[in-house]
Amino acid sequence: MDDGDLMAEIDTHTQNLAARRPLSPHLLIYRPMLTMTMSIVHRITGVALYAGTLLLAWYLIALASGRAQFEVASAVFGSVPGLIVLFGFTWALFHHLLGGLRHLIWDQGYGLDHPGREFLAKATLTGGIALTVLVWLVAFLAG
Amino acid sequence: MANDQRSLKTATNHIQFLGTARSGTRAAWAMHVTSAVLIPLSIAFVFILVTLVHKDYALAHAELGGALPTILFLLFVSASIYHMKIGMQSVIDDYIHDTHLKSWALVANLFFCAVVGFASVYALLKISFA
Repeated sequence: MDDGDLMAEIDTHTQNLAARRPLSPHLLIYRPMLTMTMSIVHRITGVALYAGTLLLAWYLIALASGRAQFEVASAVFGSVPGLIVLFGFTWALFHHLLGGLRHLIWDQGYGLDHPGREFLAKATLTGGIALTVLVWLVAFLAG
Repeated sequence: MANDQRSLKTATNHIQFLGTARSGTRAAWAMHVTSAVLIPLSIAFVFILVTLVHKDYALAHAELGGALPTILFLLFVSASIYHMKIGMQSVIDDYIHDTHLKSWALVANLFFCAVVGFASVYALLKISFA
C-alpha cells in the first residue's frame, strides 16, 4: 500500500466517523422564546456596534482634520438616512449595554429563575427602547 | 481522531494548538471586566455626544478637546475595541468552521480593531493637542 492509498483511507475513515456522530438538537427545533431571542439580538447588536465604530472613527477623524471634513461628516450624519443609522446605533448601544448588565446580574447569581429571566429580558427590551427615545428627545430639545 | 491507530502522533499532539487550553478563561474574564467598565463609559460617551450635537466645528473641537472628554473617549475607545475584538472572535469561532477561512477571519478581525482603534485614538489626541 503506497502513501496515497493510506491517506485516502484515513480520509474516508474520518468522514464516515463524522457522518455517524449524533447531532444534538440545535436552535431551529425550538419554539422561539423571549430569552432566546434576546440572546440572539444581543449578539446581533454587538456585531452592529462593531461596524458602527467606523462611524465613530470617521466622526473623530473628520473633527481632527478640519472644518471642511467636519462639515461633510455633519451633513451625512444630519441627513435622514444618517439620522436613522444613528438612531439604530443608539438603540443597539443601549440594548447591548443593558444586555451586558443582565449578564453581570446573572454572574452575581441573581435573576436566574424563570420569572427573573423573563423580567430581565423584558426590562432589557423596554429599557433599551426607552433610553434611546429619551436620549434623542434630550438631544432634540437641547438644540 | 486521537484514537487513529495508524498515526504516529501522540494523543496530546493531535489536539495541541487547535484551541484554548488554560488561556481560554482570559478572554472570558476580559470580556466581563470590559463590559463592566463600559457601562459608565458608554453613558459618558453618549452624554458627551449629545452635548456636541448642535455645536459647530470650532465649539465641538474645543469641547471634545478638553482633558476630561478626551480621557473618557480614550478609555471608551480602548475598552470598546478590546471588548469587540473578543466578541467578534467568539462569533467567528462559533460560525466559521473552515480552519483556513477562520484564520483569515481572525486576522481580519485583529486588523479591523487595530485600524479603527488607532485611528480613533490618533484623532482624539490630535483634537486635544491641536
